[in-house]
Amino acid sequence: MYNPFSIEGRTILVTGAASGMGKATALLCARMGATVIAADYNEAGLQTTLAELEGSGHMAFAINLADDSTWTKLLSDAPTIDGFAGCAGIANMNPFPFISQTEMDKVFHVNFYGPVMLVNQLLKAKKLQKGSSVVFVSSVDGPKVVHAGNSVYSAAKNALVGMARNMAIDLAGKKIRVNCVLPGTTDTPLIRTANVTEEMLAETAKQFPLKRFGAPEDMANAIVYLLSEGSSFVTGTELVVDGGYCLI
Amino acid sequence: MEIKEFIANFAEQFDETEPEVFTPETAFRDLDEWNSFLALAIMAMVKSEYDVNLTADEMRDANTVQELFDTVKSHL
Repeated sequence: MYNPFSIEGRTILVTGAASGMGKATALLCARMGATVIAADYNEAGLQTTLAELEGSGHMAFAINLADDSTWTKLLSDAPTIDGFAGCAGIANMNPFPFISQTEMDKVFHVNFYGPVMLVNQLLKAKKLQKGSSVVFVSSVDGPKVVHAGNSVYSAAKNALVGMARNMAIDLAGKKIRVNCVLPGTTDTPLIRTANVTEEMLAETAKQFPLKRFGAPEDMANAIVYLLSEGSSFVTGTELVVDGGYCLI
Repeated sequence: MEIKEFIANFAEQFDETEPEVFTPETAFRDLDEWNSFLALAIMAMVKSEYDVNLTADEMRDANTVQELFDTVKSHL
């Protein structure tokens, strides 16, 4: 059966692979016959994901996106890759009058500088093949909608979109495509912070036209589309996966 | 931790309500200006001024300024 969205035989680096969208993406990539290079800050979670990946030849690297000194082993030992899925990210909610530079730096290091400079380093190390696909997980928060108290998070997610669009132009000569997935609220550990109750989440879900949050697998499906040859004419764009949330 | 200072810090988060309005007995959710963003701002103020992380439940369970003050103080 012909499948234009196949990623069989490709090697995909997935950050944030220990949980949430990253784990779902790693699992889907392996299930579709790709070799997964899984990366995350959470070493135990990473090993759990590694054990669950179908097939063989997968690798795992514990890295801290906010500290490039932890990327050395990944950059030297990982094979060349055909795809990058930047799924790692942290949430942040704080009304603007109360934000601090330290907070901005932390969120930007993990959500923006880290994934962008990791791709930059992969290119310098000649690990990113010509014809590769880079996918950053941004958010509807920032580029499409805003929520009170989310300024730092929104700014970092917006920065990813701007950077990805420019990277698409700069890397087009190498046939490397760069796109963003913009999830709406997705049911992952990131949204289940101490300040949020199940009741609040249930109420929020009712506001979605499709009456549910996104599942990590919804985002993994979008990421795999952008990693596959089926999207070979798609670059510098954003794929919104939000259950219609931004329409209303 | 004094209630008078807490009330001043609490009142400072409001833009349209005069500080004199606020007493320990003020049922702040009944104020015209009250909205969910103010809840976030109050929680951020508590973190900034008292280094206490209030949960959403604790914020919701406090009906007056005094009750919120007591909750914050219980964490100190």
